[in-house]
Amino acid sequence: MSTETIRIEVNGESREVGGGSSVADLLEQLEVDGRTVVVELNRQIVRRGERDGVELEAGDRVELVRFVGGG
Amino acid sequence: MSTVLEKGADREEPARVDEPLALRGRSFRSRLIAGTGKYSDADTMVAALRAAGAEIVTVAVRRVDLDASKEESLLHHLDPEEFFLLPNTAGCYTAEDAVRYARLGREAGLHDWVKLEVIGDEETLYPDVEEMLDAARTLVDEGFTVLAYTNDDLVTALKLQDAGVAAVMPLASPIGSGLGLLDPVGIRILKRRLDVPVIVDAGVGTASDACLTMEQGVDGVLMNTALAEAEDPVAMAAAMRRAVEAGRLAYLAGRMPRREWAVPSSPSAGRLT
Repeated sequence: MSTETIRIEVNGESREVGGGSSVADLLEQLEVDGRTVVVELNRQIVRRGERDGVELEAGDRVELVRFVGGG
Repeated sequence: MSTVLEKGADREEPARVDEPLALRGRSFRSRLIAGTGKYSDADTMVAALRAAGAEIVTVAVRRVDLDASKEESLLHHLDPEEFFLLPNTAGCYTAEDAVRYARLGREAGLHDWVKLEVIGDEETLYPDVEEMLDAARTLVDEGFTVLAYTNDDLVTALKLQDAGVAAVMPLASPIGSGLGLLDPVGIRILKRRLDVPVIVDAGVGTASDACLTMEQGVDGVLMNTALAEAEDPVAMAAAMRRAVEAGRLAYLAGRMPRREWAVPSSPSAGRLT
């Protein structure tokens, strides 16, 4: 991971992550339990097994969602 | 006196004549589907779901709160061995949004079932049937098992059936209204004309509403607010379980005809002269 940071959007909010960060790195940085979360990157779902291999780029839009109570 | 009471209490339940609820090749023991929204806390929710005897429970898909990301997930409380989690697309107003939510729900869960909901009006939460049909066709093409929330319009329901949904879920009255079953005739027409299961979704307020709904012969009923907003959700859930079973059994038993005159229950023969 390089020391440069890039700016991405996570759940509608601007965030900085280290350049070269993977989706898995992002979850770790945000302290989100990856087992119960679904990751959508630029409207495409990133499957659980692919999170290590997908690198984030400046301007990426990430959505982290999970189940909540609903009818 | 007490002997008589005990004898009464010992009487067995009538043999169950009902079959399980069959949806897309799966069978479910309970015809009561429960939502998981609006409960004051997770323990009350789980206790109510158990008291309701619910097997299928609906869940929503929402953004993780990144400021409280360590909060326990709903999945922490709902064991997939005990409950069949059915993700919904609640809050979606377009087919595109609903398809997106359905895909996210599939990824978060363990199967490809979805309760499809595409809303067309904020005040009534009535469905946008055009967008819903569009979404239903896309999702069926993608291999989803679609249970579609709709109004009690027969033509829309038939189109949903043609689109390949696994169940049509007409509302009894607006979502969260607790007004009960407003149009029993409309629901009976749907049930009579559709081959796919009919599950009444939304509007049930109390036990008699659930019972009356099941008495129309529908395959199941879905409720959320009636349980979550009851003063005692667990007690209401227990009442609802019995109401759904009672309504179903009454339907299967076949009610007596209605007549606008009296017929004595005691024999007229043998009266003293």
